[in-house]
Amino acid sequence: MSHHTIDLTNVFYTYPDGTTALRNLSLHIGHGEAVAIVGSNGSGKTTLLSHLNGVLFPTEGAVNIGGYPVVKETLSHIRRTVGMIFQNPDDQLFMPTVYDDVAFGPLNLGYPPLEVEKRVMSVLKTVGAYALKDRPPYRLSGGQKRAVAIAAVLAMDPAILVMDEPTAALDPLARRKLITLLHTFSHTKIIATHDLDMVLDLCKRTIVLHNGTILADGPTLEIFRNKLILEQAGLEQPFSMQNCPVCSKS
Amino acid sequence: MHMADALISPVVGGTLWAATAGLASYAAKKVQSDMDEQKVPLMGVLGAFVFASQMINFTIPGTGSSGHIGGGVLLAILLGPHAAFLTIASILTVQALFFADGGLLALGCNIFNMGFIPCYIAYPFIYKPLVGTTPSQRRIMLGSITAAVVGLQLGAFSVVLETFFSGISALPFSTFVLLMQPIHLAIGLIEGIITAVVIGFIYQEAPQIIQPKAFNQSLGATSIKKVVIVLFILALITGGALSWFASSNPDGLEWSISGTNGEEKLQETDEIHGFFAEIQEKVAFLPDYNFKATSHPTAAEETEATSEAAWPAVDPGTSVAGLVGSVITLILAYFIGKGLQVAAKR
Amino acid sequence: MIKLKSTWLDLRTIDDLAAQNTFIHSLNSCTKLVTTLAFILFVTSFSNYEVTSLIPLLFYPVALMSLGNLPYKPIAKRLLLIAPFIVFIGLLNPIFDKAPIAKLGPFLITGGWLSFLSITIKLLLTVTSALILVATTGMNSICSAMAQIGVPKPIVIQILFMYRYLHVLLEEFLKTNQAYDLRSFKTTGIHYKAWGSLLGQLLLRTMDRAQRIYQAMLCRGFDGKVPLRSAASWTKKEYVYLLFCLFFFLFCRFINIPQTLGRLLTGGFQ
Repeated sequence: MSHHTIDLTNVFYTYPDGTTALRNLSLHIGHGEAVAIVGSNGSGKTTLLSHLNGVLFPTEGAVNIGGYPVVKETLSHIRRTVGMIFQNPDDQLFMPTVYDDVAFGPLNLGYPPLEVEKRVMSVLKTVGAYALKDRPPYRLSGGQKRAVAIAAVLAMDPAILVMDEPTAALDPLARRKLITLLHTFSHTKIIATHDLDMVLDLCKRTIVLHNGTILADGPTLEIFRNKLILEQAGLEQPFSMQNCPVCSKS
Repeated sequence: MHMADALISPVVGGTLWAATAGLASYAAKKVQSDMDEQKVPLMGVLGAFVFASQMINFTIPGTGSSGHIGGGVLLAILLGPHAAFLTIASILTVQALFFADGGLLALGCNIFNMGFIPCYIAYPFIYKPLVGTTPSQRRIMLGSITAAVVGLQLGAFSVVLETFFSGISALPFSTFVLLMQPIHLAIGLIEGIITAVVIGFIYQEAPQIIQPKAFNQSLGATSIKKVVIVLFILALITGGALSWFASSNPDGLEWSISGTNGEEKLQETDEIHGFFAEIQEKVAFLPDYNFKATSHPTAAEETEATSEAAWPAVDPGTSVAGLVGSVITLILAYFIGKGLQVAAKR
Repeated sequence: MIKLKSTWLDLRTIDDLAAQNTFIHSLNSCTKLVTTLAFILFVTSFSNYEVTSLIPLLFYPVALMSLGNLPYKPIAKRLLLIAPFIVFIGLLNPIFDKAPIAKLGPFLITGGWLSFLSITIKLLLTVTSALILVATTGMNSICSAMAQIGVPKPIVIQILFMYRYLHVLLEEFLKTNQAYDLRSFKTTGIHYKAWGSLLGQLLLRTMDRAQRIYQAMLCRGFDGKVPLRSAASWTKKEYVYLLFCLFFFLFCRFINIPQTLGRLLTGGFQ
């Protein structure tokens, strides 16, 4: 359990239609780190995340998770290690009820039924969605869907959590709840997002992507203070760091 | 053109149920052996897509009315016949359950008419040969429209046959054919054009989906051969049944082409119903199922005598009794319903 | 667009109804499916001219709606939406079938009218019983029941996935259609020039979605098999319910209850 690290070395990725989305990207993320990946639309965030659990394979270069290279042969191990939370929870909640959905992963991993039930109940309680267990996914609110999607991933007991825009389309209260929930996890966390205020709350380290390469990589506060980098990446300082519009003090 | 439970007999419904159940398990086996796991979510989502598109109204130019699509040929092009057949079957099942479109007994008929015909006849025998391995916008247009029109014509004809053999509607066969086929020619054209423009759009934007190699790998020569074999067997069965039927009555096959000669017609429908009654007796399903010859307007005088003989002469008293009893039963049903409601709430 | 919206609302209404907790809802889904199919077989097995003996079968939907706490309105609405075509076909019967069959006082009743009445009652019975089945059982349980009676698993999974994403796509289509209507000023439907691009765009989006769902499935260990929960087992309650219903259907099938009842009463008057 001690080395759930992520290493990308000189990764290039070109889509079948010829668009190059990642160019010579190298990074190392250590065990237990919480890292934000920020950048404008089309900067390569989602493509990068897709490499972390073998949805995509690099055209050139190598991806290494916890000491295992991400190749076809290691996929089942990689996918148990890396829990992926998709941008649109509707894509992730495909089973008829919340319970079935959360049980999908553990059942596929071959756990005995009683163990599956225990896990499902426990993760649903963790994310505060226990009362929803018999509901169909389309009868949930945005925040509830997000919580269940996280539970479905947690039920597989991953060591690394990868999230794509977890706060997108959430109302402020649901967003706050989610951030509080994420705070309680000790997993290695990688979050791709436009929500820089959440990054301030959750991640000590930030990686800025621009045009498929790393523009900056360092402590979150340092990067967010550097307006030049943010501007170049098509970003803006988080609201909490901007001057107060009422009293003009920061 | 959903068939309804109220218009079919258990024999016709059951036969087509059995036929579609066999086809569905065959298709399910094919899809499973395909090993293309990607198709599991794709079929589900495309089923929902076709279901939802059926609710969209497309304005028909120059008329002010609007049409919508059935989607059988479209699905076959996107998924291949087996997966498309299962997808259509799932759509029709949900429609039968939630919207009472068609019905549970008629589900077999509907899956056959709107699933089997476009997926296993119109697509492999019309669309594929017309479009070939090198699609172009013109070929797609030609293939889709022809496939949709032929598919709907066959489907409509199948509706007529199913209704006719059920013997619930008194509509003469020829009148029903004349009613159904032209309407479905128009519907088929609209369906074909929509299918063509959608496939044309996809071909332009994402050709890899339409290219047979990229997407329909399972559609090799083998599956077509299987379809031909299935069709051949079906043809043998129908041929056998029809010839047996013809031999028992030399004019038995003429019902389909005979005009409106009432006398002949009446006699033959009797024959057909006799045929089914016999089958029914053999399978011993609800033995006293009452087959009654449908009469014909031009033979009204003659039928009067026959039908009165065929039907136990009903005296007015019995009719009154039936009416009174029915009213009382209805009232009873109402009160029992209310009573149960109260009981259930407690 | 109205149709899209009403479809979406109807789905949700039935879904809500199915989430209730009554005696009927608590029955095993398989029992209800088998009973409903048997009911429809019995109803359709009555001959064309049977009217009075069909009437007692109304007890079945009425009792189920009462016990299952189902409102009459949405079911009646569905019935009215479905009815026109079948009633139209049925109304042709009096035109083609003019053989007199029964006498009611001075009136002669022709076979056509009797069979028309019969079709209408059959329509009422079959439509309501199917709707009652989903409204007291819900789609997921019906699917488990289908798996239990031997429907191949790929078909059951297909129906479940289709139903799951029907909700998502109806909403998406509704938005697209709304966007179209807001910029088109005529509300009759989609202009033919937009047929391909509108439906084509939706189709491409749908296929992308399928790809994402597939990836989400892979991420959770999908290997071609979808685990399904099996339907609840049969208890004494289920057997009693099934036997009772079958007995009732048989009784109605072979004894013309209204006729007998009416004869008793009118006989008493004479």
